[in-house]
Order: sequence, then structure tokens, then C-alpha cells
Amino acid sequence: MQIRVCYITFNIRKLHRKRGVKVDDILLEMREITKQFPGVKALDRVNFKVRRGEIHCLVGENGAGKSTLMKVLSGVYPFGDYEGDIVYEGREQHFRGIADSEAAGIAIIYQELALIPELSIYENIFFGHEIMKGRTIDWNQTIVRAREMLNRVQLDANPTVKVKDLGVGNQQLVEIAKALSKNVKLLILDEPTAALNEDGSQNLLNLLRQLKKEGITCIMITHKIKEVVAIADTITVLRDGKTIISMDATERRIPEHEIIRHMVGREIENIYPKRERAISDEVAFEVRNWSVFDPVRGREILHDVNLKVRKGEIVGLAGLLGAGRTELAMSIFGNMPGYRITSGELFISGKPVRFNRTADAVKAGLAYVTEDRKGNGLVLIQDIKYNITIAGIDKLVNGLTVNSNEEVRVANQYKESLNIKTPSVQQLVGNLSGGNQQKTSIAKWLFTQPRILILDEPTRGIDVGAKYEIYTIMNSLVEQGMSIIMISSELLEILGMSDRLYVVSEGSITGEMKTSEATEQSVMAMATKTQEGIA
Amino acid sequence: MSNKKTTGEAPGLGGEVLALIRNNMRDYVMYIALVVIFLFFGIETKWLFLSPRNLSDLINQTGYVAVLAIGMTLILIIRHIDLSVGFVASFLGAVAARMMTAGVPVYIVIPAILVMGALIGLYQGTLVSRVHVPAFVTTLAGMFIFRGLLNMVTVSTGTIIVKDETFKALSNGFIPDFMPGEGIHKLTMVIGILLVVLMVVSQINSRKQLQRYQFKVNSAPIFVAQLIFFAAIIMGIMLVLANYKGIPWTAVIVGVVLSIYNFLLNKTRFGRSIYGIGGNPEAAELSGINVQRVTLITFASMSMLAALGGILYTSRLSSASPQAGVGFELDAIASSFIGGVSVSGGIGKVTNTIIGALVIMSLTNGMNLMGVDVSYQYVVKGVIFIIAVAFDVTSRRKH
Repeated sequence: MQIRVCYITFNIRKLHRKRGVKVDDILLEMREITKQFPGVKALDRVNFKVRRGEIHCLVGENGAGKSTLMKVLSGVYPFGDYEGDIVYEGREQHFRGIADSEAAGIAIIYQELALIPELSIYENIFFGHEIMKGRTIDWNQTIVRAREMLNRVQLDANPTVKVKDLGVGNQQLVEIAKALSKNVKLLILDEPTAALNEDGSQNLLNLLRQLKKEGITCIMITHKIKEVVAIADTITVLRDGKTIISMDATERRIPEHEIIRHMVGREIENIYPKRERAISDEVAFEVRNWSVFDPVRGREILHDVNLKVRKGEIVGLAGLLGAGRTELAMSIFGNMPGYRITSGELFISGKPVRFNRTADAVKAGLAYVTEDRKGNGLVLIQDIKYNITIAGIDKLVNGLTVNSNEEVRVANQYKESLNIKTPSVQQLVGNLSGGNQQKTSIAKWLFTQPRILILDEPTRGIDVGAKYEIYTIMNSLVEQGMSIIMISSELLEILGMSDRLYVVSEGSITGEMKTSEATEQSVMAMATKTQEGIA
Repeated sequence: MSNKKTTGEAPGLGGEVLALIRNNMRDYVMYIALVVIFLFFGIETKWLFLSPRNLSDLINQTGYVAVLAIGMTLILIIRHIDLSVGFVASFLGAVAARMMTAGVPVYIVIPAILVMGALIGLYQGTLVSRVHVPAFVTTLAGMFIFRGLLNMVTVSTGTIIVKDETFKALSNGFIPDFMPGEGIHKLTMVIGILLVVLMVVSQINSRKQLQRYQFKVNSAPIFVAQLIFFAAIIMGIMLVLANYKGIPWTAVIVGVVLSIYNFLLNKTRFGRSIYGIGGNPEAAELSGINVQRVTLITFASMSMLAALGGILYTSRLSSASPQAGVGFELDAIASSFIGGVSVSGGIGKVTNTIIGALVIMSLTNGMNLMGVDVSYQYVVKGVIFIIAVAFDVTSRRKH
């Protein structure tokens, strides 16, 4: 890597921004990092260099490898689990766990906060590194120190308040305070503003600027390009597990569209099979004014969503992780998580329907292939035939008993038609590869003969060959008159497969367009659009 | 014999036997353990343990635990637990005794008690499935409640003696013989032969079916060997029983309950749901299974079986005592786990649970014959229990 040459400039603003960033002082260098999961190369010789005292934004699409890279850095994937070197503070590091990286002054703050809700702020800040007086905890000193930390993060709260009584934004500040209390040198934030509103995000960005002045280096993973532009000293773009570019934002202002272009800018290869588009005018399924409140998170998660899908149409739902697309699918499909649906109606072929539980939705002709096939899609300890027939088991029941001959016949039929690669349908699903598990999951729903099929991240974590097969299956289904709603965080997949798309951002539909008129840039711009006034 | 896992192909008969052993290790170890326990007590008690009389006794003693364990197997498969079964059983047993003392005919008492059991189960099941109180807490409260109710029922009388002969026969009597006389019990032998024929026919049918779908089946010599082995076990048991007073009514009752639950679990939609919920409750719900309702029914069935267990236990002792019911739940849970129910749910067979119940009750029976102090008995049972589960957990992890 070439060393950037100092340059002469009279731009006061830039000089101001560069204060604290010493050009040559490299705090962290990750060299040629390669990390493999079974069947997937998550990181492919990634190079990543962070200067001391800078704010470094790490951007990329979902699945680009950002979080994996940070997990390698923090020791979640211990030394030996990856290839490549980590040089930190001038020394090669072999972190074997989070404890090692923490000891070196590296702290990660995840999107899902790691606080203990029932404990107070001060207990949380010093959890795991309590202030001791002899053999007992010095609680008075703890509270005093906690106050100092809260001042540093500019959180005006009583340290004895329980963390669960704080809002998400303030909980995040407590997390940062906790990191500061451990004398952190390198602070890593994984999508810190994803759950924050505009004000909260601004506060957080201001705090990061403040910490930078105090000499703390910061790596921020974010999807919000505006924030990147506002705060970054350096921007590194990852795509498909590779470093695409590292741009110095102190030299020149990097425009949003340039970042987006690097994030998504690959050639569309011919990985999406063609199909005959025969979309009828008949609206197969419609969602009207759908608003949903999540009692667990204590806020409205979907705001007045309107959406329709025609017979024979593939409708894409684009958006960022956590935009509310899975919640939309779950709340429609019998509402298993127990959200409160505050308003809205569903229509199948123009007739209003109501689902009190999943079984009702299945009966009405809906099917939902979940995002997390292992977590809530398949019963891994059962065999393929069990999993294929579980949702449509009614079709196999004669009187009291399940017709096991029919079961095997049906399972074999789907094994053939979807090309599930397995010696026998008696194979346990847990032993299958991701792609074959996904096909099993799809087969399960095809057996219920649905009219509307919702696919949630249908190709996540599966190889290219299996992806193509799944696209082919989707095409043949819509050709037969099925309607498909496809949720995907892979923009190219949405653009390649859907006829029409909606963009979801922070629980609202922020755009609808024909795929033929959409570009990656225009979709990404809508997906990162922040709603004002939404808590 | 249908769900054999297919792993490595080894050539020849020897290889097949090895593969069979490897794939069914857990079951075989359980059978071997039972045989070892039987031989050990046989030798230690100078074959008293293996006498026809004692084995008939063992069956009668195992009856109530077996019935409870069958219900518990379902509960544990769907990742819950029921601690209240012991006192539900003893409470309802006492109610049955009171009813009979009051002159209610036994043909009304038994169904009434079973219905009461189901109602108790609906109450606990509602708390677990709808109110979302954890089963551990719900049934722990049940332990208190039904223990108290048992005391209330027996407070005026103390131990209630049962005089009804039909009721007492449930866990003390034997099936009649069609030609009563000296020598062996002929009906028992006839039933034994019928069972063997039934077993052979059903095994041949299911093998044919598997072959029709080109599933892997055991080769003919091994299949025949298995048939002969099972036939020998059935006839051996029947011969032993026929040498005493024939098949105990308890065995008939447990056999019927076992057949019903085995059928439910393997052949019906309900059974599918149970395994689905145990394997992945969220996936089950998202596949359209009504998890709430299945949970409710499972708890209702558990308490109904607890009622039946109470009837058998009361019948066995011919009395209902205020001290009854302590520790039944432990025996039932241990039986299920020894019988191979997975501690993380989703896996288990009622047929194996019965073997588990036999292991537990042979330990009790054998150590009683040897005159081992009760305190040692608990320790021994606990040790065997934990060895079984530890073995189970490690052998599952390997797969």
C-alpha cells in the first residue's frame, strides 16, 4: 500500500477535519484476510488499514463481509480460523477471543446491544471489570466513575436507572460509555444508527466527532450513505468479500453516488434465467394501510404499508436489513410473533381475509418461506419427507392416519422436480447443504399449493448453482399463475428477478417502481432514505 | 424398524451387522443394560428375581410408572415437563377409593376419574400454552395443590381401603384361562403365538413397503434373524408368565395404552405435530401447526394417564394412602430419558420408554429383593439415570 503524500491546501475546512488524523500513523492494518465458511468464501484477501484518530466508515451491501471482517478483528473468529495478518499498534496480533482484543483496547458495539436490561446503568458500565475495594465491589466509586463516563458520552441520566427503561439511542450511549470505561482505543460500531431517528443519529455522530478529538479511533459500519459523507475520514467499500476501494474523504468530498456505485457496481452477469412474462390484471393479494406495533420493542414497526401483487407477478421487496420486511411478512402470515396490528386489511383476489394464526393463512393459499431456514423454517432433526409434508399434511390424512405411502411418493416427486440432491428422502434435513435445505423449504410450501408465495431472502447463504435453480423454480411457478413476493437484500437479485418492486425503509414503503425503470442507484437512494419524525 | 439411518456402506453380512449396531447403538445399549440388570439381580438373589412369580410382580409394579412415563414422553418431546403427575395420580386414586367407599360402581368410577384427570390436564395445559407460564412452574404449583387435595380427601379417614374386587384385579389380577387347570396358562400361550404372528406379518409388510420405495432394508438373513429374535423374546416372556398365573391385567392395560400412543405418535397428524413442535416450535407454528392446541392436548393426555396411573397404584395397594405419590414424577421422567427421549426435545419413542420404565422398576424390585436400604436405592437409580443421559447426549453429538 502506498503511503499517501502530504499535500498542500489552503482549505480551512479540510484542515479542521484533518485535525487529529496523522497521515502516516497506522493504528490497524489487516492484511490479506481470508475467511471461509463451508462452501462460502466470506472474505477474500481483504486489506483494511485504519489511521490513528480517524473515523473510518466501512460500507457495502448485506453479505459483503463487513461484519465478518470485524469479527475477525475482535477475535470472535480466533487466530487460526482465518488467513492473513492483523497488525495493531505496530505489532502482529493473534487474538484468540474477545477478551484478547478488549485487552488491546478494541471494543465492538453490535447492532443488538449486549446490555443486561434488568441491571442499572452503572452496573452495566462496569459489568465484567468491576471496581474493587479489597475483595468486594466498591459501589460508591462505581457510581462516581459511571457519572464521569455518562458525562463523556453526554448522556444526562441517573446512573441508577435500569437500562431497560432507556430508549435505544441512550442504551447505545451506555454501551459506548462501557467501552470508554475500559480505556478503548479503537471503537467499532456496527450500524449504530440503524435503530435511531434523525435526532438520535445526529447526537451519536456528534459524539463520535467528540471522541475523535479525544483521540479515539472509530470504525463505523453503516448503510446510511448520508452519514458516511457527513462523518468519514476514510471510506472503505467491501463487496463480495473483497476490498473494492479505500477512499480518503479528507482529501476531497466523496459524493454519495460514487459510494453507492462502488457498493453495487458490478456487472450483471447472466445469472437470472429469462421467463415469459404473463402478468394478468387480476390482483391476487393486496395489503392496505397495514400498521403494526411491536409490544416488545415498544414502537410501531410498520407504518401504513400498501402493497399489491398480481397473478403471475414477482414483486420484489427491497430494503436494508432491519427495514421491516420480515416483520411485514410475519405479521401478514398469521402474526406468529404476536405483534399488535393497529390498522390494515388483507385481500385475496379482492376478498377481505383475516388470519388469526398461521394455519388460517395457509388455508387461504398463502405460503411463507422464512429467511432463517434453520431457525424457524425446517425441523432439522427430522427427515426430508417429514419436512416436505409438514405444512400440507392434511392432504395426506385418510381418516385418522397419515398415508405414509403417499408421503414418500410426494416427497420423491418434489425431490425430482426441485432437484434436491440426496440419496433418499429419509435423509435428515440437518445433513443437507444450504441450497438443498432451501429447496426442501420451498417444496414444503409448494405441496400446500399456495396462490401467493412469499420468499424471504430465498438465496441467502447458498451457492451460485443452487441460486440459479431457485430462480428457475420461481419462474416456472409464476408462469403457472402463482404470485410471488420476494424479499431480498441483494439488490441485483431484486432487479434481476422481479417485475415490480417496492422499497422499504424503516417500516414504510418509500418507493414503488417497475423493475424495468429502476436502477441500483435509485433503489439504494430510496432504501437509505430516512424518515423524519419516526421514533 | 423403519427409520434406520443410512450411513457408511459396508460390504457383506458382517459389515451390515456392524452398520446396524453403529446406527442403533443407543437402543442396543439400553436392551443390553436391561439384560445385564436382570442377570445381575438373578444371580444376586439366587434366581428369585427371575422367577415367574417375581417377574409377574415386576410387571404389576411397573404398570403405573409405565403409564405415567408414556404421557411424560410426549411432554418431554415437546420440550415441557410435568412435575405434578405423582400427586395428581395419588389424589385421583384417593378420590376413586372414596367414591367406591360411597358405593359408586367401579364402571362409573374409572371413567369419571379419567375425565377428572383430563380436566386437570386442561387446566395446567391452558396455563402453559395460553398464559405462557413455564411448565416447570405450573406443574410445581400443581404438586402443591394436588398434594393438599390428597390430604383433604384422606384427612377424615386416613388410608382408604379399597374393597371392590374388580378394581383390585386391575393391578393384582390375571387374565382368565379358557381351560382352567393345572400346568401352564394356555390362553397366555395362545396370545403369545398370536402376537408373534402379528409381529411377523406387520414386519414383512413394512419391509415390502420400504422395498417398494427402494429404501435401504436389512438383508434377508438379518431380517429373519431379527424376526426370530423378537419372536423368541415374546414367547420367552409369555412362557414365564404362563408358568405363573398368566398375563397380568396390568400388562393388558399398559399394552393397550402403549399401542394407542405408539399409533398416535407414528401414524397420525397429531404425532407429526408433536415431533415438529419438539424439533423446532417456531418452524412448526410457521408451518401451520397449532402449537397451543397440541400443547394443551398433550397436557390433558398426561394428566389423564396420571389418573390411570393413580387407579393402577391404588389398585395395586388395594388402598389409597395420604403418603402416596411422592417421587412418581421422578421415576416417570427417568424412564423417558433412559428410554431415549432427547433432553433437548423432538426425539423419543413410547416403545423405548417402556423399556426405560422396566429398567427403573427392575432396579427398585431387585434391590428390594436384595434388601438394599432405600437410601442406597435412590443413589443407584440416580447414578444409572445420569449415566444413561450422559451417554445419550454424547452419542447424539457425534451424529
